[in-house]
Amino acid sequence: MHSFGYRANAILTFSVTALAFICAIASLSDNFSNQNPSAEIQILNINRFKKQSYENDEVSLTLDITADLESLFTWNTKQVFAFVAAEYETPKNSLNQVSLWDAIIPDKEHAKFRIQTSNKYRFIDQGHNLRGKEFNLTLHWHVMPKTGKMFADKIVMPGYSLPDAYK
Amino acid sequence: MDWQGQKLAEQLMQILLLIAAVVAFVVGYTTASFRTMMLIYAGGVGVATLITVPNWPFFNRHPLKWLDPSEAEKHPKPEVAVSSKKKSSKK
Repeated sequence: MHSFGYRANAILTFSVTALAFICAIASLSDNFSNQNPSAEIQILNINRFKKQSYENDEVSLTLDITADLESLFTWNTKQVFAFVAAEYETPKNSLNQVSLWDAIIPDKEHAKFRIQTSNKYRFIDQGHNLRGKEFNLTLHWHVMPKTGKMFADKIVMPGYSLPDAYK
Repeated sequence: MDWQGQKLAEQLMQILLLIAAVVAFVVGYTTASFRTMMLIYAGGVGVATLITVPNWPFFNRHPLKWLDPSEAEKHPKPEVAVSSKKKSSKK
């Protein structure tokens, strides 16, 4: 510690190391929070179901999404990214996941919501497999922290199906 | 700074930063405010910098005693016989 620059450097590196340490502990503390989110999705209407002229099947739906994601927010949460995906099986692919809607939830106050919307992103199949198809609607979420590890989880809601003929 | 002062400065820096980090985390966790934790820690770093980086007088309480110039003249440095030593080392 024999010069100003030496001490300044020492304090800079030590303080940054200690900062990294408390951020790591803050991230670890997220593992101890109790999380119990809930969600429910209803399909209000199937607007359109057609073949895109000699191309693939496309569906347009109106969804009614109710969710309570308040318990996912901890002191170390920056935002929660939530999205709804339709999942189904075809002869060509064992699992198809098509993202229909997503949202960024910036804080706890916005985490309990009900929204009725048509799908934000197009529901297009690779092929003509959607007639009479049964599918799951899954609400996924990613909890993005201010520092540290990101957690992701989902709720699977099975039992939805499409009509047997084009509309 | 003298030797004792350097040791004191280093110890003070480490202890102050550790205390700032622990207090910041505990207060931040209990108030569930990440912002509070960062602010307290930044304050702690500022205080530690102010106390340990500048050359305060209390770091110089055990100054080194250099010899007086007049004292040094009375005891001249012994002269080293350079040439003979070189020859013997090259054997």
